[in-house]
Amino acid sequence: MKLTLKIWRQKNSSTPGAFVRYAVDNVDPEMSMLECLDVLNETIIERGEEPVAFEHDCREGICGSCGFMINGVAHGPERATTACQLSMRHFHDGQELTLEPWRARAFPLLKDLVVDRSALDHIIQAGGYISVSTGQAPEGNTIPVGKEIADRAMDAAACIGCGACVAACPNASAVLFTGAKIAHLGLLPQGQPERDRRALNMVAQMDAEAFGNCTSIGECTAACPKEIPLEVIAILNRHSLQANCKQREDLLPLIPPVAG
Amino acid sequence: MTLDARIPSGPIEQAWDKARFDMKLVNPANKRKHNVIVVGSGLAGASAAASLGELGYRVQCFCFQDSPRRAHSIAAQGGINAAKNYPNDGESIFRLFYDTVKGGDFRAREANVYRLAQNSVRIIDQCVAQGVPFAREYGGSLTNRSFGGAQVSRTFYARGQTGQQLLLGAYQALERQVRAGTVTMTPRTEMLDLIVIDGRARGIVTRNLVTGKLDVHIADAVILATGGYGNVYYLSTNAKGSNTTAIWRAHKRGALFANPCFTQIHPTCIPVSGDYQSKLTLMSESLRNDGRIWVPKKKDDQRSPDQIPEDERDYYLERRYPSFGNLVPRDVASRNAKAVCDEGRGVGKSGLGVYLDFSEAIARVGEKTIRERYGNLFDMYQRITDEDPYKVPMRIYPAIHYTMGGLWVDYHLQSTIPGLFVLGEANFSDHGANRLGASALMQGLSDGYFVIPNTVGHYLATNSFAKADATHAEAQSALAGVRQTTEKLLSIRGKRTVDSFHRELGKITWDYCGMARTAQGLQTAIGKIRALREEYWQNVTVPGSGDDLNQSLEKAGRVADFFELAELMCIDARERNESCGGHFREEYQTEDGEAKRDDANYSYVAAWGYRGAGQAPELTKEPLEFHHVHPSQRSYK
Ligand SMILES: Cc1cc2nc3c(=O)[nH]c(=O)nc-3n(C[C@H](O)[C@H](O)[C@H](O)COP(=O)(O)OP(=O)(O)OC[C@H]3O[C@@H](n4cnc5c(N)ncnc54)[C@H](O)[C@@H]3O)c2cc1C
Ligand code: SF4
Ligand code: FES
Repeated sequence: MKLTLKIWRQKNSSTPGAFVRYAVDNVDPEMSMLECLDVLNETIIERGEEPVAFEHDCREGICGSCGFMINGVAHGPERATTACQLSMRHFHDGQELTLEPWRARAFPLLKDLVVDRSALDHIIQAGGYISVSTGQAPEGNTIPVGKEIADRAMDAAACIGCGACVAACPNASAVLFTGAKIAHLGLLPQGQPERDRRALNMVAQMDAEAFGNCTSIGECTAACPKEIPLEVIAILNRHSLQANCKQREDLLPLIPPVAG
Repeated sequence: MTLDARIPSGPIEQAWDKARFDMKLVNPANKRKHNVIVVGSGLAGASAAASLGELGYRVQCFCFQDSPRRAHSIAAQGGINAAKNYPNDGESIFRLFYDTVKGGDFRAREANVYRLAQNSVRIIDQCVAQGVPFAREYGGSLTNRSFGGAQVSRTFYARGQTGQQLLLGAYQALERQVRAGTVTMTPRTEMLDLIVIDGRARGIVTRNLVTGKLDVHIADAVILATGGYGNVYYLSTNAKGSNTTAIWRAHKRGALFANPCFTQIHPTCIPVSGDYQSKLTLMSESLRNDGRIWVPKKKDDQRSPDQIPEDERDYYLERRYPSFGNLVPRDVASRNAKAVCDEGRGVGKSGLGVYLDFSEAIARVGEKTIRERYGNLFDMYQRITDEDPYKVPMRIYPAIHYTMGGLWVDYHLQSTIPGLFVLGEANFSDHGANRLGASALMQGLSDGYFVIPNTVGHYLATNSFAKADATHAEAQSALAGVRQTTEKLLSIRGKRTVDSFHRELGKITWDYCGMARTAQGLQTAIGKIRALREEYWQNVTVPGSGDDLNQSLEKAGRVADFFELAELMCIDARERNESCGGHFREEYQTEDGEAKRDDANYSYVAAWGYRGAGQAPELTKEPLEFHHVHPSQRSYK
């Protein structure tokens, strides 16, 4: 089939960008969205021009590298599907698709469809872990974890850090991403000792980045390729509220957020 | 050259304890005076960087993705082995060791494998403590399954996302050290050369993938954990960015490359659907626990699978290998799939596919249970093929998946260049000629969490380090070399894209150095690879400049290295006149088509040295000795 791709082209953050239309004539319905871009890029390169830059690695929906807006929807129209797994059979002959990068102040644009998502790493650095150095672990089965808890923790841990939730949110909030990690670790018995500090530190870092606030719109979970449930935001709120109420003067000092 | 693998003397059970006791230690106060470079942030690199940071070393870690969390390890699905014996089914450290040596077709080093089996137990403990959400029983204890040819249930898993969860555990430990200030993480950066000063690895040259800036980094030791080179075949289950550049450039600086032709073909991948195909998707081999593999008995049978009655189906693995059935090791399963397709009994449009059928399992345990076990894999399959595997059997075909070959390392995981350590899939590893399922994750984490913190310490404690910085002549000449290659690639401005060359190279390698090899075919391949490489350097086109984000340039450098590696793989495969594990030479097979090893002549590690462009590589052999697992012809009948 034939498609028109209207793609945001921008050389770098200091040069203004614009949409450019490309006709792609030989789209196979079995291709993925990224393979469709590969095919387009081959023709662009053969003309001696620079191909469309887009991020990708695993092409299996697990690394979280890929992602851009497809007709205004993060990762495109299919539920629970990353751009790399989006099959072209969901589009029809002659259709025009608009591709543009994640738009969020916390994700500065680098080139074309590529943005800088290191703000998400900063949030993890602030407390998205259990502080157990190599060698300190007790025998694996000494801490029983009920199946329901393990399953719920796994649901939250499935986040791939793609940033679609931020891109989909009108406020560009990262609360679904942050909540997913707080829920994953905060639900498990291993995560209890640091539960309060984790919530406070991670939320402080999230606030220090240029993300917006959550106003309970829910676009994030609708766009999320891993269907991270809104419940994780409730868990984030609960853990940070409880931590705030319990704050004592002799509490270990919190980690000051780094500049976003 | 002779290779000293530094295997500790004495009983194998105590070898690692003894080695650790014999190692010199770095005084806690001195650790922060040493800086260590870790290239790669997959399971091996992230676990190493985090653990070294925790010990107090100053660590610089690099990866080419935008975040360390995206390393290729993230994609591992099935699980990780450990000799915990929770199910009480006869598992032990010795059994895991035994199975891994046997599964590797007696081409791995016993002492290394034994240590791996010992460490496996602590890996699980560490990961559980980090909060890795492994699958659990209702009572709250960890649950196991049998995986990829094992007769005991020793595999731990987190749904179909074990690699993701283990990597996130290591990534989080790494990010904790980043905030603690012991590790500096530099993503979007590619290592393009190794700096060797006075015969020791002292640094790397990198390219910033956003600004194009080339930099020199100097350290007291360099650790490469840069993953496997399966993408030499273009189509593989590896992530698109996986490459050989770091280890290949280290090879050209003097590190020997061991067993390059030992590559693993995974039997259960989604078949190729068209020319535009950019990668192959693995369907976890855990599916073989419940799925039955078959093809029609008749050639060119065009009927849909539900129209083919039971007695016209050939469950060829169950027929040929009654005791292991669908659970035979990967190499055996792959070769058999190729054989039935070569007979014209393959299924699907291309005829390159076999059925993996769940109907019997669904009838036995119910769709709900199957959904619980494999739901996400079934969804993935349906998303890609538009077919519902709960109703129609899956179609699968073998694909390149893993590379057992890699840089030669001794028991300390040190390469032939002192101060250069190699971990994870990048080294020639503990898997011999064939890796058992769920053992790469185990090896990467054993190397990173438990081996390297000891052995790097010993290296640092027993050497003194002359002051060096970026102005050193060796650093400057490496930098100039990288600049020259980059400029050269950008200046050719030929007619063909990098991908078109890569595809063609991949096809040659797959056709002649893939599932079945012959001396003559390998010779042909070497000629073709050389000719294509020559064309590459005349006719490739790389648009854009070197001073910004340029994905074509990144690929161009990687493909240039794949060309050189592909030739070495063919040379190695041609030299090894036997069949073993994933290396199947058609000339060497038993009457019923099984691999025929030649222990009298080939029980060694083939370690190749680089002698300059256009020069034949030099072969050094490390003989393998088996004191605990007696080499026997593998039999899965
Ligand atoms: C689809 C799939 C499923 C798998 N499932 C399983 C399984 O169930 N069980 C199992 O045990 N094994 C499995 N494996 C194998 C296993 O995942 C890998 O062998 C293992 O994860 C490799 O880990 P690693 O740390 O060595 O390298 P990788 O995870 O590949 O990491 C390489 C790192 O090096 C960096 N890097 C590479 N080159 C450079 C460079 N030049 N400069 C800077 N950085 C560089 C990358 O950025 C990355 O961070 C699977 C593999 C695949 C493909
Ligand atoms: S919560 Fe969902 S959308 Fe947000 S980063 Fe994680 S996987 Fe992506
Ligand atoms: S490329 Fe990895 S999630 Fe899409």
